[in-house]
Amino acid sequence: MSIFLNENSKVIVQGLTGSEGTKRATKMLAAGTNIVGGVNARKAGTTVSIGGKELTVFGTVEEAIKETGADVSVIFVPPKFAKDAVLEAIDAAIPLAVVITEGIPVHDSAYFWAHAVAKGNKTRIIGPNCPGIISPGKSNAGIIPADIAGPGKIGLVSKSGTLTYQMMFELKEFGFSTAIGIGGDPVIGTTHIDALEAFEADPDTAAIVMIGEIGGDAEERAAAYIKENVTKPVVGYVAGFTAPEGKTMGHAGAIVSGSAGTAAAKKEALEAAGVKVGKTPSETASLMKEIMASL
Amino acid sequence: MDLYEYQAKDLFAAHGVPVLPGKTVDTAEAAEAAAAELGTAVVVKAQVKTGGRGKAGGVKLAESPAEAKEKANAILGLDIKGHTVHQVLVTTASDISEEYYFSFLLDRSNRTFLAMCSAEGGMEIEQLAVERPEALARIPIDAIQGVDKAKADEIVAAGKIPAEVADQASDVIVKLWDTFVAEDATLVEVNPLVRDPENKVIALDGKVTLDGNADFRHPQHAELVDERTENALEAKAKAKNLNYVKLEGGSVGIIGNGAGLVMSTLDVVAYAGEKHGGQKPANFLDIGGGASAQVMANGLDVILHDPDVKSVFVNVFGGITACDAVANGIVEALKILGDEASKPLVVRLDGNNVVEGRKILEDANHPLVTQVATMDDAADKAAELAAGA
Repeated sequence: MSIFLNENSKVIVQGLTGSEGTKRATKMLAAGTNIVGGVNARKAGTTVSIGGKELTVFGTVEEAIKETGADVSVIFVPPKFAKDAVLEAIDAAIPLAVVITEGIPVHDSAYFWAHAVAKGNKTRIIGPNCPGIISPGKSNAGIIPADIAGPGKIGLVSKSGTLTYQMMFELKEFGFSTAIGIGGDPVIGTTHIDALEAFEADPDTAAIVMIGEIGGDAEERAAAYIKENVTKPVVGYVAGFTAPEGKTMGHAGAIVSGSAGTAAAKKEALEAAGVKVGKTPSETASLMKEIMASL
Repeated sequence: MDLYEYQAKDLFAAHGVPVLPGKTVDTAEAAEAAAAELGTAVVVKAQVKTGGRGKAGGVKLAESPAEAKEKANAILGLDIKGHTVHQVLVTTASDISEEYYFSFLLDRSNRTFLAMCSAEGGMEIEQLAVERPEALARIPIDAIQGVDKAKADEIVAAGKIPAEVADQASDVIVKLWDTFVAEDATLVEVNPLVRDPENKVIALDGKVTLDGNADFRHPQHAELVDERTENALEAKAKAKNLNYVKLEGGSVGIIGNGAGLVMSTLDVVAYAGEKHGGQKPANFLDIGGGASAQVMANGLDVILHDPDVKSVFVNVFGGITACDAVANGIVEALKILGDEASKPLVVRLDGNNVVEGRKILEDANHPLVTQVATMDDAADKAAELAAGA
């Protein structure tokens, strides 16, 4: 098992014909992802050859679903057009939309999130500004490098892309059921809690790594959730202890205002919920290695 | 980007929010002229992007143009919480009957927007929120529905704004919502929103934060940047499209790829620095996934010109990028910089093509470059070198 994405997932790419979309789709195909087509209204009806596979470009997400049975869309559309692309995916009620695009205005993200809620949350949104999701050996929807680690029993959820890769690398001897990068923007679809809930329910996930960073209160909420609902061992890491107040550190969401959202507060909340929190990524990985050895 | 009060109020005025007339100037003489032009008693207000201006002596009443000059003289050049006052706003003094609080902001936890409104404005709102939370109404705003007159009426009622001015206040709130949406703001705050003796509702102060991600929709927002107050290194980095933040009191320059990894690198350096006389990171610099030679050269160029930097830690995980490309980037960057590269570099490479990457650096054998295999050990080495410099 895995969460949100598995070997049966049929993936379309919105923005397939763009340079980024083409490049990433090539790697996704190489990782075994079942890409069944792309979407671009201006190139509807054409075919592109990517990684030795002929992929049809559909005019709309709805049409792509109808023709291929796609249930996942990975979105590589530039920020200017991302809102409409996500709204289209939601209107077509695709079960999973992975929004890789970085730099989407927060008014646009808040709008498409509200739209998803209004449509009854039929579409799970991951991101935006995220590396996507990988269930190693099964499918890869996004830009997480597939060769860092193979399948295994650890579930990983992280705000940051590179810390996802770093942690997968440190724990490659064990492998992962699913690793998911939820993104560093202020408004995101899938949260730490959503991933924790799914990992808790997934019989093939034995332990969970949760990586957070400064800004917002998602980690504090996740800590409260873990305390009440998660029985599997959880190891945590929080980045941004040295970040000064009021400065944006690359991720639009990683900004500390006043006393809220500090790394120290998040670490404390997680530890109070029984989560072992590492001081550095390596120490966090060591904590997980101990847990895996004891299982 | 945070705006100055006068910029915020210019945006308010453009969207029909009532504000008092005023002029922003940068000399005492110009303040005198502005007061004469307004022909009323004026308030001279320091323009800095921080709160607590009044307490710091940055807001003063002046009855005459001569007094405005005198007050401006006292305020210009003041240091308010580390912000130097370069400009003052000279604005009509208003008689105030009551002060209210109002804001629209992003509510991350609920992934929507929030209106906050209180009949008890003027004071520090954080204090009110803690001491008497019931006095501060918090109304969630649906990002699609937005704020129409009916919603604004609801907000005004929840904030317990007096009935005599409720209708006017809700008109103002609709216009503030227009500002919030049309300008792609993440914060629009008016504290105080005042009622004058003629029962007019006016935005006496204004705080606006704009979303940089929306700059493509607002080319005119570029004019709101104040280059005077930008850190010189940050300005240089911005001109080269680098994601750089200068940190005070640090000695270890940091370059890495990915915002999360770089934030983590800062922390790891600060921990390691504790063992080396309290060395700290001197900056945040994320060169992103690509990390070409030119980007690496640009990054090193900014960091090596920071006089605070004694050593540099390059921390790259080859996930999307490959270590050999990064290693070539470092070698090329050092060639481009030549003699300007004068500080020791500790490099930690891991991930894609790590063997090739490490070999490239070994073969180049640059006297300034030390390779260390793990992030924690590399941070320790960089802190040690900074302490010894």
